[in-house]
Amino acid sequence: MRGAGLWGRLALGACAALAAAGPALSQERGQEGRAVPPLVFTGIPDQDESRLVERFGKVAVYLEAQLGVPVRYVPVKSYPAAVTAFTNGQVQLAWFGGFTGVQARKAVPGSQAIAQGAEDAAFKTYVIANAATGLKRGPDFPKDIQDKTFTFGARASTSGRLMPEYFIRQAFPGKAPEQVFARVGFSGDHTRTIQLVQSGAFAAGAVDYSVWDLDTKAGKVDRQAVSVIWESPTFPDYQWTVRGDVEQTYGAGFTERLRSALTGITDPAILEPFGRSAFIPVTNAAYEPLVAVGRSTGLLD
Amino acid sequence: MRAAFLPRRGYAAVSRWFLAAALAGLLVADLQVTTLHPFADLARLLGGLIRPDFLAVEGWSVVATVASAMLGVGLGAGTGLLLAIPFARSRTVRLACAGIRAVHELFWALLLMQVFGLSATTGVLAIALPYAGICAKVYAELIEEADLAAIRTLPAGTGAVSAFLYARLPEVAGRMRDYTLYRLECGLRSSLVLGFIGLPTLGFAFESAFRQGRYAEAGALLLIFYVLIGSRRLWVRARTVPVLLVGAALALPPSIGSAAIGPSLARFLGHDIVPAPLRGAALAEPETWARLWAWLRPILTEQVLPGTAQTLVLAQIALAATALGALALFPLTARRFAGPVGRPLGRVLLVVVRSTPEYMLAYLGLQLLGPSMLPAILALALHNAGIVAYLMGRHADAIPYRADAPRGLDLYAYETVPRLYGQFLAYLLYRWELILRESTIFGILGVTTLGFYVDAAISELRLDVAALLIAATALVTVAVDAFSRGLRRSLRIDALPTRLSGPQPITGAEAADG
Repeated sequence: MRGAGLWGRLALGACAALAAAGPALSQERGQEGRAVPPLVFTGIPDQDESRLVERFGKVAVYLEAQLGVPVRYVPVKSYPAAVTAFTNGQVQLAWFGGFTGVQARKAVPGSQAIAQGAEDAAFKTYVIANAATGLKRGPDFPKDIQDKTFTFGARASTSGRLMPEYFIRQAFPGKAPEQVFARVGFSGDHTRTIQLVQSGAFAAGAVDYSVWDLDTKAGKVDRQAVSVIWESPTFPDYQWTVRGDVEQTYGAGFTERLRSALTGITDPAILEPFGRSAFIPVTNAAYEPLVAVGRSTGLLD
Repeated sequence: MRAAFLPRRGYAAVSRWFLAAALAGLLVADLQVTTLHPFADLARLLGGLIRPDFLAVEGWSVVATVASAMLGVGLGAGTGLLLAIPFARSRTVRLACAGIRAVHELFWALLLMQVFGLSATTGVLAIALPYAGICAKVYAELIEEADLAAIRTLPAGTGAVSAFLYARLPEVAGRMRDYTLYRLECGLRSSLVLGFIGLPTLGFAFESAFRQGRYAEAGALLLIFYVLIGSRRLWVRARTVPVLLVGAALALPPSIGSAAIGPSLARFLGHDIVPAPLRGAALAEPETWARLWAWLRPILTEQVLPGTAQTLVLAQIALAATALGALALFPLTARRFAGPVGRPLGRVLLVVVRSTPEYMLAYLGLQLLGPSMLPAILALALHNAGIVAYLMGRHADAIPYRADAPRGLDLYAYETVPRLYGQFLAYLLYRWELILRESTIFGILGVTTLGFYVDAAISELRLDVAALLIAATALVTVAVDAFSRGLRRSLRIDALPTRLSGPQPITGAEAADG
């Protein structure tokens, strides 16, 4: 008899669990039903999380005041998670890298790149090397790094993967990075790339120049242990991308209001954690070169 | 190991083959340590464990961890119970259950995230789906093992549901309860690990803290997790479960922003996971199928085959290391070897080791040692050796020894190990599948198993490739499970207990423990 009582309770529990999945779903629907749903945004986790929280927290406060709608930031753990949140509509706005922006706009027709950092029109990758390698800075791609160990940043990073892979393939025609280097790694973000090369875990690596500058200024880089050995040609990178359906949710002209709010940021306290001097207007067309590079490296269909 | 040492010839042969395969695996495995100061980082983490900073811990992450685990396991066990009824009769149900449980929770979460976003729904379903498959199988086995006496007394014409409810269920309810409560412990581990890919559980906070070197916070999070697992028997009881489930449903923090589930699901099923050459193509055209083959072939040769090979190599080495570790560790928890003082300490050590999710151990190992197979092997071997040694210790205590039995090494080598060897192999062969399933997922951390290619495919937004690779991981897991089952049958050890919560040997001392 004890068993029957127990099973009654467990059956009740199972019902509760089923009921629980319901509220979880309806809560999400409930938010859409409200008069003004919050504008949710994210950013690719390209560096130290504390810096991301600082920069996006400030942007959320600023945008909320400028736009008159609630604005929320949702943190993600990886580049593809940021793109996924954008494609399934959990976020309407995102601070993407060049390549993740291309991926996201391809997956969500009607979405637009609206603003980039003033520095992003001509962005750069630094190839950095541990001092023990003896590699010296030069104007051409350092072919001596062949057969050493090399770490990229995140797999979908523009300055940490796509562009460096493109330059590596140009310097060593017909060879993939796995064939050029003794070992290829993906550190996950730029701060980690610097740490790995500085500690000697990898001999060399590719890093976003703005993160290198921010971390150097913050005193996080041991210049005796790691240095820049090559500066790449320039390419377009980070941008704010917005979904096309924000016009239906927040009214016609919202995209433009968002663009002017972002490009109107003058407060150094907001811009400084981004490592940018200002945000400037941009369009999807500015990122066409990255589409071509993505196709040539096989990262994009 | 000498053949004469073991009671049955088959035991020695299987042991030798497995050890030889693991040694062969060592020759091809990448075991390099690529970081220069692994012990400095380890020392800092241990320092964090000694001086934990509990104030830095966000309370919601603890709530979200427990709530997702409760709801995920509740939903999974409920569905599993329903599926257990037709399990023995329906091949379709058995295949479906094998399929859903062969896919790891993390892979489920990566797929579900495409539709449900970073939400509680993703976390709960990622646990519920594989757990439904596992629970269905285990409940069905418990029902099979049950005494049939009650069934025979039923009048003719009793319906299947009535027969199940009145004659079968009361027989097995107690063991099902034990198993379900044990599953909750696994659910807590799964829930923690889901944080590593972005769901707001303890794993999210741990990854952030560890990555940024906030070791005191990381240490506090680890300790909180151990307390949660260690105190499980106090707060997870049959009578608290309904309260916990309702509480979990109420306490689950709402997600920020909401995914458009309908359109996302349609896009995911109708476009994203359909192989690229088949999207919108004319299926009657032979050219379409030629394109499909052109798409499929490089994926098979460059990703599935090398990924599978690496996964098998990793699992094989980890299995052998688990075996050696368990043989070395189990005396710590056996009365005859560890004594009345050492045994409780040994058990605490093994419970801590087995409570730590393999994925988290591997994450720590990879951060400390760099991306090679070595940290993955260590993580799998530590966790699984902890479990097998714990169970072996209990069996060792249950053996009726002669009054003049030898002591120490003689007892260990000539009596205890030979008498437990069949049981030992049963545990190992059973854990083989679990080790393999976990090996696939370590690819996300940078070891080149199948998960490595899944991670790459998801980064490139090629969900069709990712789905294919995940299906491959499921196939490999099912194949190894079938092989292990066949091997256990041919060694005639398939009737021995293999589950952590299964029937345990009860001795006087155990009964006194409560």
